[in-house]
Amino acid sequence: MRVSALGKKGRVSGLMKSLGEMPPEERKSFGQAVNALKDEIGAALQEKHEALSRAALSEKLAAEREDVTLPVRLGPLAQGRIHPVSQVIDEITEIFGDMGFAIAEGPDIETDFNNFTALNIPPEHPARQDHDTFYFSPDENGERAVLRTHTSPVQIRTMLAEEPPLRIIAPGRVYRSDSDQTHTPMFHQVEGLVIDEETHLGHLKWVLEEFCKAFFEVDSVKMRFRASHFPFTEPSMEVDIGYAKVGDEIRIGEGDQWLEILGCGMVHPNVLRNVNIDPERYQGFAFGVGIDRLAMLKYGMPDLRAFFSADLRWLKHYGFSALNVPTLAGGLSS
Amino acid sequence: MKFTIAWLKEHLDTDASLEEIAETLTVIGLEVEEIVDPAEAFKAYTVAEVVAAEKHPDADKLQVCTVNTGTETLQVVCGAPNARAGMKGVFAPVGTYVPGIDVTLTKAKIRGVESFGMLCSERELELSDEHHGIIELPEDAEVGSPAADALGLTDAMIDIAITPNRPDCLAVSGIARDLAAAGLGTFKDKPVEPVKGDFKNPQPIALKFDADSADACPVFAGRVVKGVKNGPSPDWLQARLKAIGLRPINALVDITNYISFDRARPLHVYDADKLTGTISARLGKVSEKFEALDGKTYEVDPEATVIADDEKVLGFGGIMGGEETGCTDETTNVFIESAYFDPIRTAKTGRRFNIVSDARYRFERGVDPQFVVPGLELATQMILDLCGGEASEIEVAGEAPEGRPAFGFDPARVKRLSGLDISNKEIEVTLEKLGFELAGSAPDLQVTPPSWRPDIHGPADLVEEIVRLVGVDKVAPTPMPRASGVAKPVLTDKQIRQRLARRVLASRGLVEAVTWSFIPEAHARLFGGGAPALKLDNPISTEMSDMRPSLLPGLVTAAQRNKDRGFSDGGLFELGQAYSGAKPEDQYLAASGVRFGNVSLEGLGRDWQGNAPKADVFAAKADLAAMLQSFGLDPSSMMVVAEAPDWFHPGRSGSFKLGPKVTLGVFGALHPETLRALGAEGPMAGFELYLDALPKQKKKGSGRSALGASDLQAVRRDFAFLVDISVPAGDLIKAARSADKALIAQVGLFDVFTGKGVPEGKKSLAIEVTLQPMEKTLTDKEIDAVAEKIVASVVKATGGELRG
Repeated sequence: MRVSALGKKGRVSGLMKSLGEMPPEERKSFGQAVNALKDEIGAALQEKHEALSRAALSEKLAAEREDVTLPVRLGPLAQGRIHPVSQVIDEITEIFGDMGFAIAEGPDIETDFNNFTALNIPPEHPARQDHDTFYFSPDENGERAVLRTHTSPVQIRTMLAEEPPLRIIAPGRVYRSDSDQTHTPMFHQVEGLVIDEETHLGHLKWVLEEFCKAFFEVDSVKMRFRASHFPFTEPSMEVDIGYAKVGDEIRIGEGDQWLEILGCGMVHPNVLRNVNIDPERYQGFAFGVGIDRLAMLKYGMPDLRAFFSADLRWLKHYGFSALNVPTLAGGLSS
Repeated sequence: MKFTIAWLKEHLDTDASLEEIAETLTVIGLEVEEIVDPAEAFKAYTVAEVVAAEKHPDADKLQVCTVNTGTETLQVVCGAPNARAGMKGVFAPVGTYVPGIDVTLTKAKIRGVESFGMLCSERELELSDEHHGIIELPEDAEVGSPAADALGLTDAMIDIAITPNRPDCLAVSGIARDLAAAGLGTFKDKPVEPVKGDFKNPQPIALKFDADSADACPVFAGRVVKGVKNGPSPDWLQARLKAIGLRPINALVDITNYISFDRARPLHVYDADKLTGTISARLGKVSEKFEALDGKTYEVDPEATVIADDEKVLGFGGIMGGEETGCTDETTNVFIESAYFDPIRTAKTGRRFNIVSDARYRFERGVDPQFVVPGLELATQMILDLCGGEASEIEVAGEAPEGRPAFGFDPARVKRLSGLDISNKEIEVTLEKLGFELAGSAPDLQVTPPSWRPDIHGPADLVEEIVRLVGVDKVAPTPMPRASGVAKPVLTDKQIRQRLARRVLASRGLVEAVTWSFIPEAHARLFGGGAPALKLDNPISTEMSDMRPSLLPGLVTAAQRNKDRGFSDGGLFELGQAYSGAKPEDQYLAASGVRFGNVSLEGLGRDWQGNAPKADVFAAKADLAAMLQSFGLDPSSMMVVAEAPDWFHPGRSGSFKLGPKVTLGVFGALHPETLRALGAEGPMAGFELYLDALPKQKKKGSGRSALGASDLQAVRRDFAFLVDISVPAGDLIKAARSADKALIAQVGLFDVFTGKGVPEGKKSLAIEVTLQPMEKTLTDKEIDAVAEKIVASVVKATGGELRG
């Protein structure tokens, strides 16, 4: 059809050719009419052509139907998990990082000096018995290494290696030879240490209150500071946090029950002397919190022992996605 | 430390309620662990009168009582033989929990007769084992009043945890002093009146120490009381001891226990008639032994302080006395010992012989050295009061250790350390209430600590006293500004890499586990561990005896446990320390993982689009490479060698190396023997990355090098080579890439083939080479020239040939 109308020998082409034989005054209007005719036929043909190819494609696609209800694999992100302890350490890091703290670390197997003596716990101090320490056999010099019973030796390492002012937190594994319903021989603590010329108890209270609010993501928390005793701090305090129990759920920031969550105090002058810092000039605070305990409170795991059983059912349920990186901007536990 | 409120009030004048007292104790550092308040426990029970008691129509042993409770008259069925009209008893209404029978009462029909409550026996209230009948209250007991009052159960017991620095609070008097200083009443200071002796002490005493052990027992005092009458102590004393969980023995022993808890002054009483010659304190001698009050026989040693007479060892000084010379009901002449024993030696001896006693507990924390003689006087007076007799004069061997000197204290330090704004006056008053002696004035106050406070050494200790007694709650939270200037990174490079590694592995489908740092010795040995230096002296079990030399054994056994639970496919990883020695530098940080069953990045196990492949060496290699890549390192340019530790399959394992000596990580299928020894079922593949071995992060600015993207068409050419089966593919790729470093942008290996068409002992490796011209389009001639260079380079490096 296209050829019979618009081909070289087509009828419209014939009309175009007849133009040359026309008088000039007719030629103009006739030419316009023929050109319009040509466009009209062209457009009609194009339209038909497209309609035909559409129909053909539709027919083809109709034959290519897939069952879209077939399942797809969700890929590795759906499988992988971050352990709640790691997640909570990342959250804690985020909060304290914002307050200007750096992260410090130390080895699990510690010297007796770093774990006890330097922290004002001399060999016969009764506090040593409260620590349920794991010991190694004495080495050739008679020195007996221990599995650190707390993260406090990182304080000693930091103060020996760096000059004040210092602001650190030190998360990590700690060990006590204790195993029952609520104790495991290995657990996690985070230590905090601030040393400068003016930090006092009021700053400690503020930091801990800010931390608890940020960590538990509540506008206010009730905290109770009780006098206590640790050989490495003075004054020393234990801190309780107010909570309400609703069914099996623990709600921080509500209610009037108390739960002990951490120990803290002003660094003992003897500890400062042991690391060659002048206690007349420098002072500061230290605190230690159980990380597993914080995780249990925030995310509602009932049993500490399950943290270390590597049970995929537990890890998949309580673990976190790889891309769920805690940030202050995005909400710690978004 | 247990005490009762009535006992406390002998030392403290206070109107404070039980709640106030408990609250204050906790806040000032004497943490309340338990309160047993009978008034509260028996709140529901009231005094009731039996108005009438008649025989139950259908039961011989039951009576139907009409009971007046003061508010109503109820019918109660009762099985007690002593229930009778006119008596007064303890009534529990419906709804009351009765501890002795563990039942909450309901309205019941007993043999067809309704009963609205219960008349209780002592056993039902857990007051005693008495169950012959219901409790009979005195006639003057007021009907309807609380039964606890009528029973005399009004004294609440408080149990507090005493921190090791406060031996003075192992005395009810010490607790009272602290409460008074906290503003909860007035401390009743009770000076001890000396008891004049009627005759010279007939029992010789002596200290027998060398100069270097003289501090074991610097002072030893004693006296004899003649003609005492021993026997059960009076009810009030027995009740007091029972209330704090002690068993009354006899008056003489009960008196020493009482003073131990009342004043933190341990004493010992001997039957003077059983002593021979001089009684002395000295160090033990090898092969000496004695039978202690706990019924056990101890062989003493030359480190232990003992009390001995001329013939035998009588007991461990400050820890436990002997059975043989103890006071019995027959004792008529008693020798009272009051001494000071060194805390450290007492603690060591107690621990060595594993003896726990109230005396050891106090001496090892430090008793008041100035209270040796007053304690003896107090005991004498009590013995004379309760047992009669005549006291000798006191004899003292040695002398009490000197008090600690005064030290200077600027009260301004309280504010500096705590932020608390308290007047000097209040600071001074508080310290004086605690027994400190003050001289001079601020800022150079001279403070002498009281003899009962061995924990006070300097100004910081005083700040602690003020803060805890004035109230930690009064310290206002003070914002701590962030240091100005450019923020330092919170994390070190290594910490950043740890975090990256963790998220990379989790994003590759692995699940993070936290496994024990200690593993069974047999498992440690399989991974090159088990050295004596890494063995715990006191493991919690044989399953947790050795520090792990690698994270893999823990992960493999965890993987198997999960397989046993029905997870046939999956993967676990862990980041943590592993140990090759006890020194800090021998503890290294590893990121390890194990994959088992059918695993792929798409998913696990079977699937309609194709099953996941079995976990193999390449799955492990890919995990390791992904971590390295995330650290900004290029794993494809690293040395990979077919060497790995014994616990991997010898032919299916390898290492990433940085030069010949530094191993960054190992990977592979785990050795079937290793898996068998761990009780695990293969195949499993694993990897371990040593984060400490990684090259340091290069410090560079945040700017990037300029992008060198070319608009010219890249050219791809495929080559297949026949090489010896033992030729590493990595060598071939490296050779191809090095043929023209400028032009060759990428070399990919897309086929490894053995079998039909490939001679025995050979394999075919096919690569795709991408040529990226930067300046002008390549001509066919140039492309052919590069292709020739590639072939030549590969042939030279591998001894192979281009496949036709």
